[in-house]
Order: sequence, then C-alpha cells, then structure tokens
Amino acid sequence: MNIYALVKRTFDTEEKIVVKNGAIQEDGAEFIINPYDEYAVEEAIQVRDEHGGEVTVLSLGGEDAEKQLRTALAMGADKAVLINTEDDLDEMDEFSAAKIIAEYLKDKDADLIIAGNVAIDGGSGQVGPRVAELLGINCVTTITELKLDGTDATLVRDVEGDSETIKTALPLLVTAQQGLNEPRYPSLPGIMKAKKKPLEELELDDLDLDEDDVEPKTETVDIFMPPAKAAGRILEGDIADQVSELVGLLNKEAKVI
Amino acid sequence: MSKNVLVLGEAREGELRNVSFEAIAAAKQIAGGGTITGLLIGDSVENLAQEMVQYGADRVITVEHADLKQYTSDGYSQAFMAVYEQESPDAVVMGHTALGKDLSPKIASKLGSGLISDVTAIEGEGDDAEFIRPIYSGKAFEKVKNKEGLLFFTIRPNNIEPLEKDGSRSGDVSSVSVEITNLRSIIADVVRKASEGVDLSEAKVIVAGGRGVKSEDGFKPLEELAELLGGAVGASRGACDADYCDYSLQIGQTGKVVTPDLYIAIGISGAIQHMAGMSNSKIIVAINKDPEANIFKVADYGIVGDLFEVMPILIEEVKKLKSTQTV
Ligand SMILES: Cc1cc2nc3c(=O)[nH]c(=O)nc-3n(C[C@H](O)[C@H](O)[C@H](O)COP(=O)(O)OP(=O)(O)OC[C@H]3O[C@@H](n4cnc5c(N)ncnc54)[C@H](O)[C@@H]3O)c2cc1C
Ligand SMILES: Cc1cc2nc3c(=O)[nH]c(=O)nc-3n(C[C@H](O)[C@H](O)[C@H](O)COP(=O)(O)OP(=O)(O)OC[C@H]3O[C@@H](n4cnc5c(N)ncnc54)[C@H](O)[C@@H]3O)c2cc1C
Repeated sequence: MNIYALVKRTFDTEEKIVVKNGAIQEDGAEFIINPYDEYAVEEAIQVRDEHGGEVTVLSLGGEDAEKQLRTALAMGADKAVLINTEDDLDEMDEFSAAKIIAEYLKDKDADLIIAGNVAIDGGSGQVGPRVAELLGINCVTTITELKLDGTDATLVRDVEGDSETIKTALPLLVTAQQGLNEPRYPSLPGIMKAKKKPLEELELDDLDLDEDDVEPKTETVDIFMPPAKAAGRILEGDIADQVSELVGLLNKEAKVI
Repeated sequence: MSKNVLVLGEAREGELRNVSFEAIAAAKQIAGGGTITGLLIGDSVENLAQEMVQYGADRVITVEHADLKQYTSDGYSQAFMAVYEQESPDAVVMGHTALGKDLSPKIASKLGSGLISDVTAIEGEGDDAEFIRPIYSGKAFEKVKNKEGLLFFTIRPNNIEPLEKDGSRSGDVSSVSVEITNLRSIIADVVRKASEGVDLSEAKVIVAGGRGVKSEDGFKPLEELAELLGGAVGASRGACDADYCDYSLQIGQTGKVVTPDLYIAIGISGAIQHMAGMSNSKIIVAINKDPEANIFKVADYGIVGDLFEVMPILIEEVKKLKSTQTV
C-alpha cells in the first residue's frame, strides 16, 4: 500500500501571537506539526503496519519544515518529501498550495492520502479536499475511524457531532479529525533512525510548475489582532446579590437575555 | 459592477438554518445590486424556497432528487455544478458548516477558483468588499480580497446579521433536474449524538460546563438554564474526557468553534485550546471558584464562587426575568 500523509509546519498552539506591520512575528516562536496532521501521520503508520506498504510524509513550505518532517520520520514514516517554495514564491493561497501538492502526487499512484482536516494557523480546511479533486480521487473529510479490507474502506465521519459510517474504496484521500487515534511520541531509537531516512527536497521547477501556474486567486491585504477586550467585571458581594446583578447586567447592559 | 450571486441554502431537520439567511445578507452586501439566487438541494426542498426570498433572495432554484436526501459530496457537487453551469454566477456564498466545509473546497477546486473560508465580517461593498476571517484559532484576523475570477466564500454562522424577514416579498422558484451518477461514498449509517433542539454552532446562547461541574448529573442545571435562555449546552474537553457529556458538545480548538451572543462558562478553567473555540463570543460570563482562573481574562462578567451555590440562584433569577418578559 502506497500511503501519503500531508504535514504542515505550524505555530505551536500555546504561542502568543504578535502582529507587526500586518504580519505575524515568527521570530523565536515554537513550531510544531499541525496537530491534525499528527493524527494523519499516526494513522498512516498504523495502516502500513497492518496492511504493509510505505508511508511518505509530504510538506510544502520552507527549509524549516524539515524539522517537522524529521519528527514524522521519527514517529515511523518511511520517507519524506519537502517541496521548498522559499525561493520561488512570495505569495500563496489555498489554491496554490493544493495545486503544488497535487502536481507532486499526480503520478505517484497513492492508494491512501491522509491530511489534517484543518491547519490551526491558516484555518481554511481547503487543502485536503482540493488536492483530492485535482487528483480525481474520492475524498472523505473529518474522519474518526478508518478500516480497510482490500480496496474497500469503511470510515466513520464526524459531522458536527453526529457520526456517519461511510463505505467507499481506494484510492482515497481522507482528512483527520480529533479522535482518529492517539499520536505516538517519537522514541529515541526512532529519532536516531529518522536521521538516516530519505528526505527528498524539490522545488517548483522539479514539478514542471512555474509561478504563473500557481498564482494565488486571493490575496491577504492585512493581518491584525482582535480588538483588545475591555477588562471584565468581577462582581462582588453576596453570591445571591452577585447573581441578581449579573442577570440585570445581561438584560439591561449587554442586552443578551 | 454588479454581481449575480448564488447562495446555497442549507436545511436541518426540514428547516432552513439561520446561516442560510446570513449568507443571503452577505450576498446582498457584495452584489452591488445584482441578482441574489438561492439554491436548495435535497429530496424535497421546494417548500423552503419562499423563506429564502423573504430573507432577501430574488429568486430560488431547487434541485430535487431522491439521492440528495442526505448530503454526499458527490451528489451535492453534481447538483451544484448543474446549476452553476446554467447560471454562471459571479459569486457563490455558502455557510461554513460541516456541509459547506466539505463541499466548498471541492467545488472551488473543480472551478479552479479561489475560496475565502470562514468569513466573520465583510468590509466595504460590491467590488471593494474585503473579507475578515480568523486565523491562528481566532488569536488574529486576516483581511482577504479576491484577486481574480469567481468570488467564492463561506461564512461562519452567527456573525453576519441576516436581513429582516419580509413576508410580502415574492420571487420566482424554478427547478433544475440532474442525473446523480457514480456516488463514490455510500452512507451506511448515521448515529445522531448532537443534542436535539438548538444547534451549538448557531446558538445565540451557550451554557458550557467544565470539569468543575463534577458529574453527568451536574450538567442538568446547565441544561435547564440553556433551555430557559433558548440556547444550547456546550462543554470543555475536560468535561468530555471525564464522561460528563458527549464529545459532540466539545468547544475549542479540536471541538466546535462558536460565537454566540452570550457564552456562560461554568467550572471551566479557560485553557488556551478551549478559548480558541469561544473567545470571539460577544459576551462571556465566567463562573469559577478560582479567582485566578484564566477564563476571567476573557470574561465580560465574572462571579468568583461555587457553581453549585450559583446555579440554583441563577436559574431562579432567569425564571423571574423571563416571567416579566413574556407578559
Ligand atoms: C503572503 C502569503 C505567503 C504565504 N507563503 C507560504 C509559504 O511560503 N509556505 C506555506 O506553506 N504557506 C504559505 N502561506 C500560507 C498558505 O497560503 C496556506 O497555509 C495554505 O494555503 C494552506 O491553507 P491552510 O493553512 O488554511 O491549510 P488547511 O487547508 O486548513 O490545511 C488542511 C490540511 O492540508 C494539509 N496542508 C495544508 N498546507 C500544507 C502544506 N503547506 N504542506 C503540507 N500539507 C499541507 C495538512 O494536512 C493540513 O492539515 C502564505 C500565505 C500568504 C498569505
Ligand atoms: C492538542 C490539544 C487540544 C485540545 N483541545 C481542546 C478543546 O477543543 N476544547 C477544550 O475545552 N479543551 C481542549 N484541550 C484541553 C485543555 O488543554 C484543557 O485540559 C481543558 O480545556 C480543561 O477543561 P476544564 O476547564 O473543564 O478543566 P480544568 O482545567 O480542570 O478546570 C476546571 C475548573 O473548574 C473550576 N471549579 C472546580 N470546582 C468548582 C466549583 N465547585 N465551582 C466553581 N468552579 C469550580 C476550577 O477552579 C477550574 O478552573 C486540548 C488540549 C490539547 C493538548
């Protein structure tokens, strides 16, 4: 089985965000594998261990994403591919990202591609389904369970809290939702082995793409922080008085009840 | 230049979701006087068409087929594309719901278009419109513009005001027929876990409980309060992990993202992953016995105290208020 997991390097969720001149300040911030992509990598490894085959982790980004790919290799993926756009592209959107990833995957005969359902930084949730569409393969989003029997796949999909059981077939792209599995931590031997596993680095040229092919359709014109919230009011006095004051405030001041 | 806009309406349990009306309002703002066409897809949806008109659509197209009773990406894509090809709209709007999140990127990819997802506000009108969307789990926002081609966006429920319903409006309703072929996914089973009644992502009021609520029974007063306020019950992952409630109620980075008018956090510490799902709520109330709890940092009103003491009084006070409001 030829399995791919899509891995995006993102800001650590615990990081404080600082915006300067309409851009997120990245200096000194911790970066991680997008949490949903950890589920993707874990699932890919489990599927391989059960059904055989090979797991390739793929990331699109700059040189720095190598670290996240090494982590995925240390978890147990077999090889990694980094499509480095640092020198070629200043601007990108979801259209561009998906186009580049799909261009790489189009002749790889992937049986199963696992992506995260959403990246916690960009947050569009577009890249997985877009890639599937470009490859002309079926796509099932936000899955919490995956079972394979030959080329038959049975999936459970989270739909705003309800669970749908879906029957479909490979080749397939799925996007991972929380609950799919418990991602493992890389073990020490895993980390040692990862250093020797193949990590291929490509540029747009290698994919026969040029800038025009991936020209973004949308443009970010500004990035800003949410308006600072005025300090809240901690009520005082007897609990009964506080509660009655609260209900009054919600009704008269905030006008929400 | 005026734009003709196609707005996908979405029904839940036989009724249009609020986000559909919000999407019509968003469409109006960018249309610059162009025609707003509502689109309804399902096995029997014609009865919902007039309501789309009453909320501002100029006309409605329905696509009805037995295979469209349940949402499948392939079925809905085929239905959508049939209408898209007939209409060639300048813009498309959908809700950023489970359905919209699944369908919109597939359609955008088919059309080779951009897609601005999860929009919470629109600045400017017509061609000058700029779209605000949260990034980094709501810790920052970006302003996005369409550069070329079809303008396609999805809106987060509960953020854009719908237009006033106007019962006197009427509009043309027509149907498009499709062949639904080659469904690659088959839905074998659906287990409904999401609570009945008010949908969490669209609720105006959310009463959310955390580990501090201590038990499944501890959620009962929260349910009572939510019902009194016409809202829904939510939870922290702490409460879900402890089995006090189902994961379908989880709010946060890995749960639902909500922006109600009122969010009442009860016995929730305010972990960063929880805040990612609720910090953009309009008014936040925190009830926690720990004055240092993080949740107070985002709260508009806070009560430091034992929730088991607060809840019965709160329910009584709200009942009192409601009894004066209904007369
Ligand atoms: C001016 C500008 C410049 C940018 N430059 C870059 C850049 O140089 N490099 C860059 O990576 N982004 C860049 N971006 C961001 C990029 O446009 C988005 O990150 C990208 O479109 C993915 O969207 P998303 O974050 O919403 O991911 P989502 O669609 O929410 O991601 C869903 C899933 O898709 C997969 N996925 C998404 N992105 C990647 C990826 N990059 N590699 C592997 N898998 C992925 C993951 O499995 C992820 O969980 C730039 C954005 C702007 C505005
Ligand atoms: C990758 C990742 C993703 C996550 N995603 C989410 C997510 O989507 N949503 C989410 O919620 N969490 C998420 N978490 C978990 C999050 O970090 C916290 O662990 C969780 O939110 C804590 O839940 P809690 O506030 O209910 O529990 P606690 O942190 O234990 O807080 C309980 C609170 O109740 C108060 N309390 C106790 N007794 C009383 C009483 N009698 N009266 C009043 N107050 C009382 C306490 O003072 C305390 O503040 C995630 C974590 C990780 C690592």
